[in-house]
Amino acid sequence: MSLKEIAKNPRWVAYVLIFVILLFIPRLLSIHDLMLFEYGLTFAIVGLGFNLLLGYTGLLSFGHGAYFAAGAYTVGMIAKYLPEAYSLEILIPAAMLFSLILSIIFGFLCVRHTKIFFSILTLSLCMLLYALLFKLYHITGGSDGLRIPLPTAFGFSFKGIRRPEFLSGTYYYFLLIMFAISFIVMKGIVSSPFGKALQAIRDNEVRAELIGIRVRRYRLYAFCLSGLFVGLGGALWTFVNGHVTADLSHWVFSGEIVYMTLLGGFGILEGPVIGAMLFTYLKLYAMGNTQYWMFVIGATLIVLVMLLPNGVAGAIVSLLGKLKRRKTEETTC
Amino acid sequence: MLIVDSLKKHFGFVKAVDNVNLEIKEGEIVSIIGTNGAGKTTLVNLISGYLKPDSGRILFFDNDITFASPYVRIKLGVGRSFQLIQLFGNITVLDNVRTALFSKYGMIRRGLLPADRYSSVTDEAVNILENFNLADKRDLTPTGLSEGDLKILDIAIAFALKSKLLLLDEPTSGVATSDKFKVMDSIISAIKREKISTLIIEHDMDIVSGYSDRVVVMHEGKVMAEGKPNEIMENKEVKAVVFGIVS
Repeated sequence: MSLKEIAKNPRWVAYVLIFVILLFIPRLLSIHDLMLFEYGLTFAIVGLGFNLLLGYTGLLSFGHGAYFAAGAYTVGMIAKYLPEAYSLEILIPAAMLFSLILSIIFGFLCVRHTKIFFSILTLSLCMLLYALLFKLYHITGGSDGLRIPLPTAFGFSFKGIRRPEFLSGTYYYFLLIMFAISFIVMKGIVSSPFGKALQAIRDNEVRAELIGIRVRRYRLYAFCLSGLFVGLGGALWTFVNGHVTADLSHWVFSGEIVYMTLLGGFGILEGPVIGAMLFTYLKLYAMGNTQYWMFVIGATLIVLVMLLPNGVAGAIVSLLGKLKRRKTEETTC
Repeated sequence: MLIVDSLKKHFGFVKAVDNVNLEIKEGEIVSIIGTNGAGKTTLVNLISGYLKPDSGRILFFDNDITFASPYVRIKLGVGRSFQLIQLFGNITVLDNVRTALFSKYGMIRRGLLPADRYSSVTDEAVNILENFNLADKRDLTPTGLSEGDLKILDIAIAFALKSKLLLLDEPTSGVATSDKFKVMDSIISAIKREKISTLIIEHDMDIVSGYSDRVVVMHEGKVMAEGKPNEIMENKEVKAVVFGIVS
């Protein structure tokens, strides 16, 4: 797409504007809020990946924590066993590779089924990984987890710099660029013929098969791509959190991924991004103000399902549609 | 081009398709008629690969496709439409047709650019929609269409696959009586233009005699009679069994 076309398309203008605003976030927010924002950004990447499967292929996975953990533990394990390779440019591709491998193995088993059977199978495989991470204490650190030191990047060391400074400086911009790349790549995927085929599979499996789409194979591709993005999100998340535990592969964590996608609105590319941001803040403020934070989260979900079945982004889209229609009506009158 | 050789498919005790032999030549339009439960749709399901037969063979241009996957059959050129409309409900009418074209051209694997950038495919999809008088509804999702339009869209998708053999399962069921001939005219003119061999399942005898070169009558899983439309209409046995006319 040429620059001219981007300038003409209001959607891309909005994207560029948002990106520019995001560049100044570290100056606007306190370090505490900035860290939250970074959590949000990593989950946004996770949400993008998850949405490819839920929103575009129509498969509800309750086990995406597994690929998140795969990405996160790749970073943790390299920190523990291969400290000389502990550098961002190695860690990120390695994390993506391992989450891809894991999602190929799990996906191969899971895509034979759909609907609830698929969900349960993903959930149980995810719990299997949880059990391994939890029980293999000497390798994975068990319930103690693994500590994540600050990495080096392209030969540049962050020794002597404290984590908050690291997070508010270089790492924020690295994260932002990774997010922007993920977003653009995902946008490309869903609007490509491949993305159209996934939507066809979601809408009508039988017909998709009979127009010559190899349904199971494309489901697997979607599953792997989704796992790849979630793994990337997991790897990026570790540096913000500084610590990984086996809980990442627990189904409750997978449930949170589902929750934020629902909150934002699935089937809309931007939905999970909004959802991830909202969820991060919602969870923290609920946890900070009441010990019944799960109640708040649950109540929000009920309200959401009843009032905004298409999530926050879905509500925005229909609102914009209404405004547009009103405008055209006014001009025609 | 298509040879069906002693094909069998039983569901428990029901002999849905029982020893059926059938041949379709290039460019021929063949109708299958028969009472409900005669095995017409099962036969189409077997030929399109939606079901696998118990025994017998299906040859298409000398390729044995008896147990081939739907993907292989579509590559070879066997496309179908559905009696109960099967569409992609949440994407636009244009994308419904375009996805079929992408699939046909193998671009789902190779196409890396956004779908809109393949303007030749989009143009072709619009062209197909124009042939079927759906072009003005291209940006709607199927939920916004009338029953008749949905049926035509279903056929347009099958048509987009550029099949050499098109299987139409009751193309006019669910279409208002006044529209039936309009629908069939647009389908048949498109088929004739591309010289596609066609197998139509149909109940309406006016449509059968008006559009087909040959009629096959099925009854209880077997082929009962076969011939030119007017011969079949005069066949006493067919009259008794299919139309319930005893004379």
